[in-house]
Amino acid sequence: MTDLERLAFSFFNLEVMARYLPAVVEGSLVTIRLALAVIATGLGVGLALALVRSAQVRPLNWAIVFLVDLLRALPPLVVLVLLYFALPHVGLRLTGFVAAWAGLSLVLAAFAEEIFWAGILAVHRGQWEAARSTGLTFAQALLFVVLPQAVRLTIPPLTNRTIAITKGTALASVVGVPEILTQAVTGQSFSGNASPLTLGAAAYLVLFVPFVVLGRWVETRFAWKR
Amino acid sequence: MDRPPILDVRELHKFFGPLHVLRGIDLQVAPQELVFIIGPSGSGKSTLLRCLNRLEEPSRGTIRFDGVDLLAPGVDINAVRRQMGMVFQSFNLYPHLTALGNVTLALRKVLRKSRAEAEALGRAALARVGLEDKAHAYPNELSGGQQQRVAIARALALEPKIMLFDEPTSALDPELVGSVLAVMRAMREAGMTMVVVSHELQFARAAADRVVFIEAGRIVEEGPPERIFAEPAHPRTREFVARIAGHR
Repeated sequence: MTDLERLAFSFFNLEVMARYLPAVVEGSLVTIRLALAVIATGLGVGLALALVRSAQVRPLNWAIVFLVDLLRALPPLVVLVLLYFALPHVGLRLTGFVAAWAGLSLVLAAFAEEIFWAGILAVHRGQWEAARSTGLTFAQALLFVVLPQAVRLTIPPLTNRTIAITKGTALASVVGVPEILTQAVTGQSFSGNASPLTLGAAAYLVLFVPFVVLGRWVETRFAWKR
Repeated sequence: MDRPPILDVRELHKFFGPLHVLRGIDLQVAPQELVFIIGPSGSGKSTLLRCLNRLEEPSRGTIRFDGVDLLAPGVDINAVRRQMGMVFQSFNLYPHLTALGNVTLALRKVLRKSRAEAEALGRAALARVGLEDKAHAYPNELSGGQQQRVAIARALALEPKIMLFDEPTSALDPELVGSVLAVMRAMREAGMTMVVVSHELQFARAAADRVVFIEAGRIVEEGPPERIFAEPAHPRTREFVARIAGHR
Protein backbone atom coordinates (compact mmCIF):
# COMPACT_ATOMS: atom_id res chain seq x y z
CA MET A 1 0.00 0.00 0.00
CA THR A 2 1.29 3.45 -0.89
CA ASP A 3 0.97 6.30 1.58
CA LEU A 4 -1.89 7.70 -0.44
CA GLU A 5 -3.74 4.39 -0.39
CA ARG A 6 -3.20 4.10 3.36
CA LEU A 7 -4.64 7.58 3.82
CA ALA A 8 -7.64 6.75 1.68
CA PHE A 9 -8.17 3.46 3.52
CA SER A 10 -8.02 5.07 6.99
CA PHE A 11 -9.97 8.29 6.38
CA PHE A 12 -12.09 7.81 3.28
CA ASN A 13 -13.02 4.16 3.53
CA LEU A 14 -16.37 4.08 1.75
CA GLU A 15 -17.28 0.64 3.05
CA VAL A 16 -16.75 1.74 6.68
CA MET A 17 -18.51 5.05 6.02
CA ALA A 18 -21.55 3.31 4.60
CA ARG A 19 -21.72 1.12 7.70
CA TYR A 20 -21.73 4.09 10.10
CA LEU A 21 -23.71 6.56 8.00
CA PRO A 22 -27.05 5.75 9.71
CA ALA A 23 -25.50 6.35 13.14
CA VAL A 24 -23.99 9.68 12.10
CA VAL A 25 -27.30 10.78 10.55
CA GLU A 26 -29.01 9.88 13.81
CA GLY A 27 -26.37 11.89 15.65
CA SER A 28 -27.00 14.83 13.32
CA LEU A 29 -30.65 14.86 14.34
CA VAL A 30 -29.63 15.00 18.00
CA THR A 31 -27.16 17.81 17.25
CA ILE A 32 -29.85 19.76 15.40
CA ARG A 33 -32.34 19.36 18.25
CA LEU A 34 -29.73 20.39 20.82
CA ALA A 35 -28.51 23.34 18.73
CA LEU A 36 -32.01 24.72 18.14
CA ALA A 37 -32.88 24.35 21.82
CA VAL A 38 -29.67 26.14 22.84
CA ILE A 39 -30.18 29.00 20.36
CA ALA A 40 -33.80 29.57 21.38
CA THR A 41 -33.11 29.41 25.11
CA GLY A 42 -29.76 31.22 25.06
CA LEU A 43 -30.91 34.17 22.95
CA GLY A 44 -34.26 34.35 24.75
CA VAL A 45 -32.74 34.35 28.23
CA GLY A 46 -29.96 36.73 27.12
CA LEU A 47 -32.48 39.22 25.74
CA ALA A 48 -34.64 38.95 28.85
CA LEU A 49 -31.63 39.62 31.09
CA ALA A 50 -30.61 42.65 29.01
CA LEU A 51 -34.16 44.05 29.26
CA VAL A 52 -34.21 43.53 33.01
CA ARG A 53 -30.80 45.19 33.23
CA SER A 54 -32.00 48.26 31.31
CA ALA A 55 -34.52 48.94 34.09
CA GLN A 56 -31.46 49.80 36.23
CA VAL A 57 -32.45 48.16 39.51
CA ARG A 58 -29.13 48.08 41.38
CA PRO A 59 -29.16 44.72 43.23
CA LEU A 60 -30.68 43.01 40.19
CA ASN A 61 -27.96 44.45 37.94
CA TRP A 62 -25.23 43.29 40.29
CA ALA A 63 -26.64 39.77 40.22
CA ILE A 64 -26.85 39.79 36.41
CA VAL A 65 -23.32 41.15 35.96
CA PHE A 66 -21.91 38.62 38.43
CA LEU A 67 -23.62 35.67 36.75
CA VAL A 68 -22.77 36.83 33.25
CA ASP A 69 -19.10 37.42 34.06
CA LEU A 70 -18.89 34.03 35.76
CA LEU A 71 -20.35 32.23 32.76
CA ARG A 72 -18.19 34.14 30.30
CA ALA A 73 -15.04 33.31 32.25
CA LEU A 74 -15.71 29.56 32.61
CA PRO A 75 -14.93 27.25 29.70
CA PRO A 76 -18.26 25.90 28.38
CA LEU A 77 -17.02 22.35 28.92
CA VAL A 78 -16.53 23.08 32.62
CA VAL A 79 -20.07 24.46 32.94
CA LEU A 80 -21.43 21.39 31.25
CA VAL A 81 -19.44 18.94 33.37
CA LEU A 82 -20.40 20.79 36.55
CA LEU A 83 -24.09 20.53 35.70
CA TYR A 84 -23.82 16.87 34.80
CA PHE A 85 -21.41 15.53 37.43
CA ALA A 86 -21.81 17.97 40.34
CA LEU A 87 -25.56 18.51 40.54
CA PRO A 88 -26.29 14.82 41.36
CA HIS A 89 -24.44 15.41 44.66
CA VAL A 90 -27.24 17.78 45.67
CA GLY A 91 -29.86 15.36 44.40
CA LEU A 92 -30.45 16.88 40.98
CA ARG A 93 -29.74 14.36 38.27
CA LEU A 94 -29.86 15.77 34.73
CA THR A 95 -29.74 13.67 31.59
CA GLY A 96 -26.77 14.35 29.33
CA PHE A 97 -29.01 16.14 26.85
CA VAL A 98 -30.55 18.41 29.50
CA ALA A 99 -27.14 19.15 31.04
CA ALA A 100 -25.70 20.05 27.62
CA TRP A 101 -28.76 22.14 26.73
CA ALA A 102 -28.74 23.99 30.05
CA GLY A 103 -24.97 24.50 30.11
CA LEU A 104 -24.63 25.82 26.58
CA SER A 105 -27.80 27.90 26.90
CA LEU A 106 -26.42 29.56 30.02
CA VAL A 107 -23.14 30.38 28.29
CA LEU A 108 -24.91 31.73 25.18
CA ALA A 109 -27.32 33.69 27.38
CA ALA A 110 -24.39 35.32 29.19
CA PHE A 111 -22.71 36.44 25.98
CA ALA A 112 -26.02 37.42 24.35
CA GLU A 113 -26.95 39.53 27.39
CA GLU A 114 -23.70 41.48 27.11
CA ILE A 115 -24.17 41.98 23.36
CA PHE A 116 -27.83 43.05 23.66
CA TRP A 117 -26.93 45.34 26.55
CA ALA A 118 -24.13 46.97 24.56
CA GLY A 119 -26.61 47.43 21.70
CA ILE A 120 -29.18 49.08 23.98
CA LEU A 121 -26.48 51.41 25.35
CA ALA A 122 -25.32 52.27 21.83
CA VAL A 123 -28.73 53.70 20.89
CA HIS A 124 -28.56 57.47 21.18
CA ARG A 125 -30.09 59.01 24.31
CA GLY A 126 -32.15 61.32 22.09
CA GLN A 127 -34.14 58.30 20.92
CA TRP A 128 -35.27 57.63 24.49
CA GLU A 129 -36.08 61.30 25.00
CA ALA A 130 -38.07 61.62 21.80
CA ALA A 131 -40.05 58.51 22.65
CA ARG A 132 -40.70 59.50 26.27
CA SER A 133 -41.63 63.07 25.24
CA THR A 134 -44.57 61.69 23.23
CA GLY A 135 -45.90 59.92 26.32
CA LEU A 136 -44.55 56.41 25.68
CA THR A 137 -43.77 54.57 28.90
CA PHE A 138 -40.25 53.31 29.64
CA ALA A 139 -41.23 49.81 28.52
CA GLN A 140 -42.87 51.06 25.31
CA ALA A 141 -39.87 53.23 24.45
CA LEU A 142 -37.57 50.27 25.04
CA LEU A 143 -39.72 47.84 23.05
CA PHE A 144 -40.76 49.96 20.05
CA VAL A 145 -37.94 52.49 19.68
CA VAL A 146 -34.71 51.39 21.33
CA LEU A 147 -34.78 47.60 20.98
CA PRO A 148 -35.38 47.46 17.21
CA GLN A 149 -32.32 49.67 16.73
CA ALA A 150 -30.26 47.80 19.32
CA VAL A 151 -31.03 44.42 17.72
CA ARG A 152 -29.85 45.63 14.32
CA LEU A 153 -26.60 46.84 15.83
CA THR A 154 -26.06 43.53 17.59
CA ILE A 155 -26.72 41.15 14.72
CA PRO A 156 -23.12 40.71 13.49
CA PRO A 157 -21.55 39.99 16.91
CA LEU A 158 -24.60 37.98 17.91
CA THR A 159 -24.51 35.65 14.89
CA ASN A 160 -20.79 35.04 15.38
CA ARG A 161 -21.21 34.22 19.04
CA THR A 162 -24.26 32.07 18.41
CA ILE A 163 -22.42 30.01 15.79
CA ALA A 164 -19.38 29.62 18.05
CA ILE A 165 -21.41 28.39 21.01
CA THR A 166 -23.75 26.22 18.98
CA LYS A 167 -20.76 24.34 17.59
CA GLY A 168 -20.07 23.56 21.23
CA THR A 169 -22.83 20.96 21.00
CA ALA A 170 -19.87 18.63 20.26
CA LEU A 171 -18.99 19.02 23.96
CA ALA A 172 -22.15 17.08 24.75
CA SER A 173 -20.24 13.94 23.69
CA VAL A 174 -18.46 14.19 27.07
CA VAL A 175 -21.74 13.67 28.94
CA GLY A 176 -22.88 10.82 26.71
CA VAL A 177 -25.30 12.60 24.40
CA PRO A 178 -25.49 10.54 21.18
CA GLU A 179 -24.79 13.49 18.89
CA ILE A 180 -22.53 13.58 15.84
CA LEU A 181 -19.16 13.41 17.57
CA THR A 182 -20.26 10.64 19.95
CA GLN A 183 -21.50 8.53 17.03
CA ALA A 184 -18.34 9.20 15.02
CA VAL A 185 -15.97 8.32 17.86
CA THR A 186 -17.96 5.19 18.67
CA GLY A 187 -17.79 4.17 15.01
CA GLN A 188 -14.09 4.81 14.95
CA SER A 189 -13.36 2.59 17.94
CA PHE A 190 -15.60 -0.24 16.75
CA SER A 191 -14.21 -0.26 13.20
CA GLY A 192 -10.61 0.56 14.07
CA ASN A 193 -10.79 3.04 11.21
CA ALA A 194 -10.87 6.86 11.20
CA SER A 195 -13.41 7.17 8.40
CA PRO A 196 -16.42 7.62 10.74
CA LEU A 197 -14.64 10.72 12.07
CA THR A 198 -14.36 12.06 8.51
CA LEU A 199 -18.05 11.39 8.16
CA GLY A 200 -18.70 13.27 11.40
CA ALA A 201 -16.68 16.25 10.20
CA ALA A 202 -18.65 16.22 6.95
CA ALA A 203 -21.89 16.15 8.94
CA TYR A 204 -20.80 19.25 10.91
CA LEU A 205 -19.99 21.03 7.65
CA VAL A 206 -23.37 20.12 6.17
CA LEU A 207 -25.09 21.49 9.28
CA PHE A 208 -23.03 24.57 10.00
CA VAL A 209 -22.03 25.93 6.58
CA PRO A 210 -25.68 26.86 5.82
CA PHE A 211 -25.85 28.33 9.33
CA VAL A 212 -22.80 30.51 8.64
CA VAL A 213 -24.21 31.56 5.25
CA LEU A 214 -27.57 32.31 6.85
CA GLY A 215 -25.75 34.45 9.43
CA ARG A 216 -24.10 36.40 6.65
CA TRP A 217 -27.45 36.88 4.91
CA VAL A 218 -29.10 38.07 8.11
CA GLU A 219 -26.25 40.56 8.62
CA THR A 220 -26.68 42.14 5.19
CA ARG A 221 -30.46 41.97 5.36
CA PHE A 222 -30.57 43.95 8.59
CA ALA A 223 -27.76 46.37 7.88
CA TRP A 224 -29.29 49.76 7.21
CA LYS A 225 -27.91 53.16 6.46
CA ARG A 226 -27.84 55.56 9.39
CA MET B 1 -51.02 88.82 31.64
CA ASP B 2 -54.73 88.94 30.86
CA ARG B 3 -55.46 85.21 30.72
CA PRO B 4 -54.56 82.68 33.42
CA PRO B 5 -51.35 80.92 32.40
CA ILE B 6 -51.49 77.39 30.99
CA LEU B 7 -47.92 76.89 32.20
CA ASP B 8 -46.84 78.31 35.54
CA VAL B 9 -43.26 77.77 36.75
CA ARG B 10 -42.25 78.98 40.20
CA GLU B 11 -38.86 79.06 41.90
CA LEU B 12 -37.46 76.31 39.70
CA HIS B 13 -34.01 75.05 40.64
CA LYS B 14 -31.90 72.39 39.00
CA PHE B 15 -28.59 70.98 40.20
CA PHE B 16 -26.31 68.69 38.23
CA GLY B 17 -24.23 67.39 41.11
CA PRO B 18 -22.61 70.49 42.59
CA LEU B 19 -23.51 72.56 39.52
CA HIS B 20 -26.40 74.95 40.15
CA VAL B 21 -27.81 75.26 36.62
CA LEU B 22 -31.23 76.81 37.27
CA ARG B 23 -31.31 79.31 40.13
CA GLY B 24 -34.96 80.08 40.77
CA ILE B 25 -36.85 80.48 37.50
CA ASP B 26 -40.33 82.04 37.49
CA LEU B 27 -42.06 81.79 34.13
CA GLN B 28 -45.72 82.01 33.13
CA VAL B 29 -47.00 81.20 29.66
CA ALA B 30 -50.51 82.19 28.58
CA PRO B 31 -52.58 80.09 26.17
CA GLN B 32 -51.66 80.81 22.55
CA GLU B 33 -48.61 82.76 23.60
CA LEU B 34 -45.23 82.33 21.91
CA VAL B 35 -42.45 82.75 24.44
CA PHE B 36 -38.94 82.95 23.11
CA ILE B 37 -36.03 82.07 25.39
CA ILE B 38 -32.59 83.40 24.55
CA GLY B 39 -29.32 83.33 26.40
CA PRO B 40 -25.66 82.36 26.07
CA SER B 41 -24.77 78.67 25.86
CA GLY B 42 -24.60 77.11 29.30
CA SER B 43 -27.11 79.62 30.64
CA GLY B 44 -29.60 76.84 31.42
CA LYS B 45 -32.20 77.59 28.74
CA SER B 46 -32.25 74.05 27.34
CA THR B 47 -32.26 72.60 30.85
CA LEU B 48 -35.24 74.79 31.69
CA LEU B 49 -37.11 73.52 28.64
CA ARG B 50 -36.26 69.92 29.47
CA CYS B 51 -37.44 70.39 33.06
CA LEU B 52 -40.85 71.52 31.79
CA ASN B 53 -41.79 67.97 30.70
CA ARG B 54 -39.46 66.35 33.23
CA LEU B 55 -36.99 64.92 30.75
CA GLU B 56 -34.73 66.44 33.39
CA GLU B 57 -35.94 66.08 36.95
CA PRO B 58 -36.16 69.55 38.58
CA SER B 59 -34.44 69.75 41.95
CA ARG B 60 -36.85 72.23 43.55
CA GLY B 61 -39.79 74.45 42.70
CA THR B 62 -43.21 73.94 41.16
CA ILE B 63 -44.46 73.49 37.63
CA ARG B 64 -48.20 73.66 36.98
CA PHE B 65 -49.41 72.80 33.52
CA ASP B 66 -53.07 73.00 32.59
CA GLY B 67 -54.05 72.70 36.25
CA VAL B 68 -51.77 69.71 36.97
CA ASP B 69 -48.90 69.94 39.45
CA LEU B 70 -46.17 68.17 37.47
CA LEU B 71 -43.95 67.54 40.46
CA ALA B 72 -46.66 66.12 42.73
CA PRO B 73 -45.97 62.57 43.85
CA GLY B 74 -47.89 60.03 41.79
CA VAL B 75 -48.56 62.36 38.85
CA ASP B 76 -48.95 60.44 35.57
CA ILE B 77 -46.13 62.11 33.69
CA ASN B 78 -46.82 60.12 30.52
CA ALA B 79 -50.35 61.51 30.40
CA VAL B 80 -48.95 65.04 30.80
CA ARG B 81 -46.26 64.53 28.17
CA ARG B 82 -48.71 63.64 25.43
CA GLN B 83 -50.13 67.15 25.95
CA MET B 84 -46.67 68.71 25.63
CA GLY B 85 -45.04 68.31 22.24
CA MET B 86 -41.26 68.53 22.15
CA VAL B 87 -38.93 69.20 19.22
CA PHE B 88 -35.20 68.58 19.59
CA GLN B 89 -32.12 70.16 18.09
CA SER B 90 -31.00 66.82 16.66
CA PHE B 91 -34.50 65.81 15.39
CA ASN B 92 -34.29 62.37 17.05
CA LEU B 93 -36.43 60.66 14.45
CA TYR B 94 -36.64 56.88 14.81
CA PRO B 95 -34.32 55.65 12.02
CA HIS B 96 -35.99 52.24 11.72
CA LEU B 97 -39.42 53.72 10.98
CA THR B 98 -40.75 55.70 8.00
CA ALA B 99 -41.92 59.29 8.41
CA LEU B 100 -45.46 57.98 8.84
CA GLY B 101 -44.23 55.32 11.28
CA ASN B 102 -42.52 58.01 13.34
CA VAL B 103 -45.69 60.08 13.46
CA THR B 104 -48.09 57.21 14.20
CA LEU B 105 -46.13 55.34 16.89
CA ALA B 106 -47.43 57.33 19.85
CA LEU B 107 -50.89 57.63 18.28
CA ARG B 108 -51.10 53.86 18.30
CA LYS B 109 -49.28 52.99 21.52
CA VAL B 110 -50.21 55.95 23.72
CA LEU B 111 -53.59 57.05 22.37
CA ARG B 112 -54.47 53.47 21.35
CA LYS B 113 -55.76 54.44 17.90
CA SER B 114 -56.37 51.72 15.33
CA ARG B 115 -53.79 51.47 12.58
CA ALA B 116 -56.15 53.02 10.00
CA GLU B 117 -57.11 55.89 12.29
CA ALA B 118 -53.51 56.55 13.31
CA GLU B 119 -52.40 56.61 9.67
CA ALA B 120 -55.15 59.06 8.73
CA LEU B 121 -54.14 61.35 11.61
CA GLY B 122 -50.47 60.84 10.80
CA ARG B 123 -50.95 61.80 7.15
CA ALA B 124 -52.88 64.89 8.24
CA ALA B 125 -50.02 65.87 10.55
CA LEU B 126 -47.48 65.35 7.76
CA ALA B 127 -49.65 67.48 5.48
CA ARG B 128 -49.54 70.28 8.05
CA VAL B 129 -45.76 70.39 7.72
CA GLY B 130 -45.91 70.02 3.93
CA LEU B 131 -44.56 66.47 3.77
CA GLU B 132 -47.53 64.26 2.93
CA ASP B 133 -45.63 62.95 -0.11
CA LYS B 134 -42.79 61.76 2.15
CA ALA B 135 -44.94 59.49 4.33
CA HIS B 136 -43.05 56.35 3.30
CA ALA B 137 -39.55 57.83 3.29
CA TYR B 138 -37.10 56.79 5.98
CA PRO B 139 -35.34 59.55 7.96
CA ASN B 140 -32.02 58.94 6.17
CA GLU B 141 -33.77 59.70 2.88
CA LEU B 142 -34.86 63.14 4.08
CA SER B 143 -32.97 66.43 4.34
CA GLY B 144 -32.37 67.93 7.77
CA GLY B 145 -35.18 70.42 7.28
CA GLN B 146 -37.56 67.66 6.25
CA GLN B 147 -36.50 65.53 9.22
CA GLN B 148 -37.19 68.36 11.61
CA ARG B 149 -40.61 68.92 10.05
CA VAL B 150 -41.42 65.22 10.48
CA ALA B 151 -40.34 65.58 14.11
CA ILE B 152 -42.74 68.52 14.45
CA ALA B 153 -45.50 66.46 12.85
CA ARG B 154 -44.77 63.62 15.29
CA ALA B 155 -45.44 65.99 18.19
CA LEU B 156 -48.37 67.78 16.49
CA ALA B 157 -50.21 64.54 15.73
CA LEU B 158 -50.92 64.08 19.44
CA GLU B 159 -52.71 67.47 19.49
CA PRO B 160 -50.61 68.89 22.31
CA LYS B 161 -51.68 71.97 24.27
CA ILE B 162 -48.16 73.38 24.17
CA MET B 163 -45.09 72.83 22.01
CA LEU B 164 -41.54 73.05 23.36
CA PHE B 165 -38.76 73.73 20.83
CA ASP B 166 -35.16 73.11 21.87
CA GLU B 167 -32.99 74.95 19.31
CA PRO B 168 -35.01 73.49 16.42
CA THR B 169 -32.91 75.05 13.65
CA SER B 170 -29.41 74.95 15.17
CA ALA B 171 -28.42 71.71 13.42
CA LEU B 172 -29.71 72.82 10.02
CA ASP B 173 -27.92 74.20 6.99
CA PRO B 174 -28.86 77.88 6.59
CA GLU B 175 -30.91 77.27 3.44
CA LEU B 176 -33.09 74.72 5.26
CA VAL B 177 -33.89 76.88 8.28
CA GLY B 178 -36.63 78.80 6.48
CA SER B 179 -38.84 75.75 5.86
CA VAL B 180 -38.86 74.87 9.58
CA LEU B 181 -39.52 78.45 10.67
CA ALA B 182 -42.38 78.65 8.15
CA VAL B 183 -44.00 75.63 9.79
CA MET B 184 -43.53 77.17 13.24
CA ARG B 185 -45.04 80.41 12.04
CA ALA B 186 -48.08 78.55 10.66
CA MET B 187 -48.49 76.80 14.00
CA ARG B 188 -48.37 80.12 15.76
CA GLU B 189 -51.05 81.51 13.45
CA ALA B 190 -53.18 78.45 14.20
CA GLY B 191 -53.04 79.44 17.88
CA MET B 192 -50.54 76.94 19.26
CA THR B 193 -48.92 77.82 22.59
CA MET B 194 -45.16 77.62 22.11
CA VAL B 195 -41.98 77.93 24.14
CA VAL B 196 -38.95 78.25 21.87
CA VAL B 197 -35.29 78.15 22.78
CA SER B 198 -33.42 79.48 19.76
CA HIS B 199 -30.96 81.99 18.37
CA GLU B 200 -33.19 82.93 15.43
CA LEU B 201 -33.66 86.54 16.51
CA GLN B 202 -35.35 87.62 13.29
CA PHE B 203 -37.98 84.97 13.84
CA ALA B 204 -38.34 86.09 17.44
CA ARG B 205 -38.79 89.66 16.34
CA ALA B 206 -41.48 88.69 13.85
CA ALA B 207 -43.38 86.02 15.75
CA ALA B 208 -42.71 86.10 19.51
CA ASP B 209 -45.08 87.67 22.03
CA ARG B 210 -42.41 87.78 24.67
CA VAL B 211 -38.67 87.29 24.81
CA VAL B 212 -37.01 85.96 27.96
CA PHE B 213 -33.29 86.47 28.42
CA ILE B 214 -31.62 83.91 30.70
CA GLU B 215 -28.10 83.98 31.99
CA ALA B 216 -26.39 81.81 34.60
CA GLY B 217 -29.64 80.09 35.49
CA ARG B 218 -31.64 83.26 36.16
CA ILE B 219 -34.06 85.32 34.12
CA VAL B 220 -32.27 88.60 33.58
CA GLU B 221 -35.12 90.35 31.85
CA GLU B 222 -38.19 89.68 29.75
CA GLY B 223 -40.55 91.69 27.60
CA PRO B 224 -41.96 92.14 24.11
CA PRO B 225 -39.36 91.55 21.38
CA GLU B 226 -39.40 95.19 20.20
CA ARG B 227 -38.26 96.33 23.61
CA ILE B 228 -35.79 93.52 24.38
CA PHE B 229 -34.05 93.90 21.03
CA ALA B 230 -34.25 97.67 20.61
CA GLU B 231 -33.86 98.99 24.14
CA PRO B 232 -32.93 96.26 26.62
CA ALA B 233 -32.91 97.48 30.19
CA HIS B 234 -30.04 95.31 31.33
CA PRO B 235 -26.50 95.75 29.98
CA ARG B 236 -25.99 91.94 29.80
CA THR B 237 -29.01 91.65 27.54
CA ARG B 238 -27.76 94.47 25.36
CA GLU B 239 -24.37 92.81 25.04
CA PHE B 240 -25.83 89.41 24.21
CA VAL B 241 -28.30 90.73 21.65
CA ALA B 242 -25.57 92.78 19.95
CA ARG B 243 -23.27 89.76 19.76
CA ILE B 244 -25.94 87.40 18.35
CA ALA B 245 -27.18 90.02 15.88
CA GLY B 246 -23.63 90.54 14.69
CA HIS B 247 -23.31 86.83 13.85
CA ARG B 248 -26.36 86.68 11.65
